[in-house]
Amino acid sequence: MMLLIPCPWCGPRDEAEFHYGGQAHVAYPENPAALSDEEWARYLFFRDNPKGAFAERWSHSAGCRRWFNALRDTATNEIHAVYRVGEPRPVTS
Amino acid sequence: MRRESGGRVDRSRTLRFRFDGQDYTGHPGDTLASALLAGGVRQVATSVKLGRPRGIFSAGSEEPNAVVQIEEPFPEPMLPATTVELYDGLVASSLPGQGRLATGPDPARYDAVHAHCDVLVVGAGPAGLAAARAAASTGARVILADEQPEPGGGLLGAWPADVVEGLLGAEWATATAAHLKALPEVRVLARTTVFGYYDDNYLVAVERRTNHLGAAAPAHVARERIWRIRARHVVLATGTHERPIAFAGNDLPGVMLAGSARTYLNRYGVLPGRRAVVFTADDSAYAAAFDLADAGVRVAAILDVRPSPGEALAREVAKRGIVLLAGHVVTAAQGDGQVASVQAGRHRPEADPAVAEHAFDADLLLVSGGWNPVVHLFSQSGGRLRFDETLGTLVPGDSRQAVEVAGAARGVDTLSGCLADGAAAGERALGGQAAAAAPPPVDVPTAGGQAFWLVPASDYAAHFVDMQRDVTVADLHRATGAGLRSVEHIKRYTTAGTAHDQGKTSGLLTTAAVAHALGERMGELGITTFRAPYLPVSFAALAGRDRGPLHDPVRVTALHDWHVANGALFENVGHWKRPWYYQRVLADGRLEDMETAVLRECRAAREGVAMMDASTLGKIDVIGPDAGEFLDRLYTNLMSSLAVGSIRYGVMCRPDGMVFDDGTVIRLAEDHFLLTTTTGNAAAVLDWMEEWLQTEWPSLRVYCTSVTEQWATVALVGPRSREVLAGLAPGLAVSTADFPFMTWREAEVAGIPARVCRISFSGELAFEINVTSWEVSRLWTAIMDSGMVTPYGTETMHVLRAEKGYPIVGQDTDGTVTPQDLGMSWVVSKKKADFIGKRSFSRADTVRAGRKQLVGLLPEDPDFLLPEGTQLVSTDVPATVGTVRGGAPPRTVPTLGHVTSSYRSAALGRTFALALVSGGQSRLGERLYAPVGDALVPVTVTSHVLYDPEGTRRDG
Amino acid sequence: MAECRSPAAAFADRFDAASKGGALRLAELPFLTQVDIRVDPASPAAKDIGAALGMPLPVAPGTTVISGDVTVAWLGPDEWLVIGPEGYRFDLLRKALGERHGSVVDVSAQRTTLLVAGPRARDLLAHGCALDLHPTVFGLGRCAQTMLARAQVVLLPRQDGLLVLVRSSFAAYLAEWLLDAATEYLAPRL
Ligand SMILES: [Zn+2]
Repeated sequence: MMLLIPCPWCGPRDEAEFHYGGQAHVAYPENPAALSDEEWARYLFFRDNPKGAFAERWSHSAGCRRWFNALRDTATNEIHAVYRVGEPRPVTS
Repeated sequence: MRRESGGRVDRSRTLRFRFDGQDYTGHPGDTLASALLAGGVRQVATSVKLGRPRGIFSAGSEEPNAVVQIEEPFPEPMLPATTVELYDGLVASSLPGQGRLATGPDPARYDAVHAHCDVLVVGAGPAGLAAARAAASTGARVILADEQPEPGGGLLGAWPADVVEGLLGAEWATATAAHLKALPEVRVLARTTVFGYYDDNYLVAVERRTNHLGAAAPAHVARERIWRIRARHVVLATGTHERPIAFAGNDLPGVMLAGSARTYLNRYGVLPGRRAVVFTADDSAYAAAFDLADAGVRVAAILDVRPSPGEALAREVAKRGIVLLAGHVVTAAQGDGQVASVQAGRHRPEADPAVAEHAFDADLLLVSGGWNPVVHLFSQSGGRLRFDETLGTLVPGDSRQAVEVAGAARGVDTLSGCLADGAAAGERALGGQAAAAAPPPVDVPTAGGQAFWLVPASDYAAHFVDMQRDVTVADLHRATGAGLRSVEHIKRYTTAGTAHDQGKTSGLLTTAAVAHALGERMGELGITTFRAPYLPVSFAALAGRDRGPLHDPVRVTALHDWHVANGALFENVGHWKRPWYYQRVLADGRLEDMETAVLRECRAAREGVAMMDASTLGKIDVIGPDAGEFLDRLYTNLMSSLAVGSIRYGVMCRPDGMVFDDGTVIRLAEDHFLLTTTTGNAAAVLDWMEEWLQTEWPSLRVYCTSVTEQWATVALVGPRSREVLAGLAPGLAVSTADFPFMTWREAEVAGIPARVCRISFSGELAFEINVTSWEVSRLWTAIMDSGMVTPYGTETMHVLRAEKGYPIVGQDTDGTVTPQDLGMSWVVSKKKADFIGKRSFSRADTVRAGRKQLVGLLPEDPDFLLPEGTQLVSTDVPATVGTVRGGAPPRTVPTLGHVTSSYRSAALGRTFALALVSGGQSRLGERLYAPVGDALVPVTVTSHVLYDPEGTRRDG
Repeated sequence: MAECRSPAAAFADRFDAASKGGALRLAELPFLTQVDIRVDPASPAAKDIGAALGMPLPVAPGTTVISGDVTVAWLGPDEWLVIGPEGYRFDLLRKALGERHGSVVDVSAQRTTLLVAGPRARDLLAHGCALDLHPTVFGLGRCAQTMLARAQVVLLPRQDGLLVLVRSSFAAYLAEWLLDAATEYLAPRL
């Protein structure tokens, strides 16, 4: 609660300036028409819910309006890393 | 009783106050509790459940008993008398456990402020002051917060004679705080309690700024202030709370924590009694006994549960002629309404009930079960607590946050130790070392203390653990007897520790009593979690200035003042205030009612000319070589084929195929579009566009810029709108041929550069005129000056659009509705390979029969207005919808849908509604029923387009 | 702009009154030219826009470049806000961009500019802004998009205070909020 989220551009800002965007690295399918109903439903509705490190998307909506990814520990709220869209998920110990 | 001298109260000034109808006096520096004790008041409250008399148990915010109601100057319920600074004119009364809220509004201001610092030090006792001074010495930004009106902490009560750096302890504290205050980057906050510790070193404190001034508090100064502090490092020098011991009658007025009695004596110059007995499990109570004895209190006996207090103490006891009974416990405190005698007996280590062997006359029974570090904030920080079996208490372990604990709060119990520990913590905080680098606590934390919580007895009905909740050891035994083992469960079962003192004195005592009952060790029972707030905080303080008109922002258009001046009533749309309808003054001086006003406005739009402030629509400038492609992917229909100079209506869906927003797209140039969004969704749509551009399609060369407030929009509507526009824009060719439907032109309107769009949200001939928001007042006035135009509000807009079957996203849709459900298959492109939502239109759920579809409804009584939200059913069998009557099981009637929009139509001469109805398009002509109150209202399902379905009116 | 009306025009008298005590100066600076620029900072177009501005587009997050009466503030990695005097020729920037990919949008009426100055200016803003406004952290040359109370704002430090750029529709709300927050700074201190 009241996290200080490090925007990769603006630096640390209060959580209230950000919008949450759910799990990261869930790409829009290349060709949705080629997917079965079940595959499409997986894209639409299924997300991970781990306890521990979770790669998720945030938007600095009240600031620079950039989307970025964060690796957050869902149990402790610690943000281990932030990285820009398109960059791979960092490896953390 | 007040002593002639001594203490830190200002005897040169007298403050008058009233308690339970009696007048008393005190001095600046007093708390209500110290002044009551000085006035000889023993009972200050009655317990909530059992109605037992309760007195003053402590001298601080841990107080469980002395909870009073402030009556004047402003009513406030349930304040511990030990934390209320005395002021002239204070009127308070004792409470039977519960307080009363004020019935009138609180006239005081409350505010909040954000603060940042390198080091936040919580607590201005010796450790806190030393930490703050060390941190500040390097020029760091330091905040030192302490809940007392003056700095010093334990120096004010417990260590009055100790000398620090050549000064008496309290003087040193004053001087050190003054030194800190003079530093430019240091903020010393007195009367400030840090009550919450959240993630990333975000701490919240409440500063009581004018409470202590009573009625003299200046009105313009916030009475309380919430500090929202972001600290790089935190040093918690929060001190200790003395532990009570459970024995029979331990809640009687006159039973008091030993260290608190010492504080009343040394800090306030008050003798809390005349004949005292001391019951202790550690050394610190001896100091209290000696101070009191030296001040003239007759100390009848010291009962020490330990086998021996040691020779040095025994000598001091003997010197004062005090009876010392080592290895003894209090078996009962007795008296009628307050302590009159104390029974004592030998402590039997095998947990056998102690038997009274001695009796002492006493009006004061001092108790010390040792000391608990105040670990609340540390625990809130996510810090781990450790149960120390030797100390019999919780001590701070490690934390993932940049925090460390200094001084008594981590078990240091000497003054010199606290000073050194604080200074080291302050230096480490600046060095950026992690809390883990802190040295372990000193070896012998509480001098010779022995964990002792409970005097064994055969009957525990008067052994209180939580005095505020009236929970006794017997209650805990009922819980364990019922099979409960977890302390968390037992707390909830018995309510122990859940009162507004947050269990400061009762929490660990509860654990100890449960451990005793179960025959387990305290450390094995688990540690209960400490939660914010550390102490009760008023809602007024938390609300601060976020009340009344500042509670939530109001967004207004550039024409707002005109609307107000011309009788507009307003509708909230998101944060926006939009004119709802304009209320005219009738010839007889009465005000028009809403129905009349809306019918009048609708008639003007359908028969003459009317205008509306449409400035709240979101507007987004979209430019770039790939802008057309981008919009093709966002909208369900094709946008890249739009001709420059033309306009197209479009719908956006989420990937699940549900309608997200709708609006118009204007093509300004080959690579340049301007799109409008619904009023409530402007920000969401821009975020949506950025999301796709940034995260999925970064290769698309497109830039989006919000211009919502750059442009103001006036919708000019009605068969005579062309005539009005032509008059104001002589340079603009306005005929249907020159200016066809769904095109735009640049022109000067009333001499103002404008973009005029031929768009209609009413089915009538209409123009939307866009000018900068700076200039729209002039445009609006010029249009009004034509004398032909009726201004209208959102209600009329809704009637006009609903007559045409145009849905409002968010009113006729709810995130479960596809464009097809809205009867808008025409807006869904068949040509495009993909767009957001397309794949979902072939999902089993979106193609199934029986989806809710938008239809029109005509109540059979043309005067009956269906309430929006009304459910629809297919049968007229009454009395089974929604309610169970007469105990009979209800026969369920499936609801087929609900009314989304409902209006009275001037054009149709009747009421009508839009509804989402299961399989609606196949039910046209069917009769359904709408349960309204106790009636079932018959309605006929119709097409959702009720007015001018051929669209003959849009060209005028 | 005699015939125009600025979003906080109705507050002029109250701002004046609040500026009398010496602790604060509040005013609307209406009708400034504001231009939103979007362009790839590494592109020749960005360089040409910089040349037209007479200063480079700042690339460090949260910074501004000031030249004369024109300020360029970083809003995002490819977005800037140019603030110039009334009548500033932003069409020259559009010209500098030419046919290349980028965007130069007039947003002069999108936000209005409030001046919050005087010795207590930062204290005043700290009532509703979670940023660290300490002059060593947020001094001249910095800028930020953030929240002030419940409104999104652009903050630009000035010599003795800050400019608060606020969406026009929020201007009245924010003006009321500022005046209310100022209550304590206008009367004699406790
Ligand atoms: Zn950012």
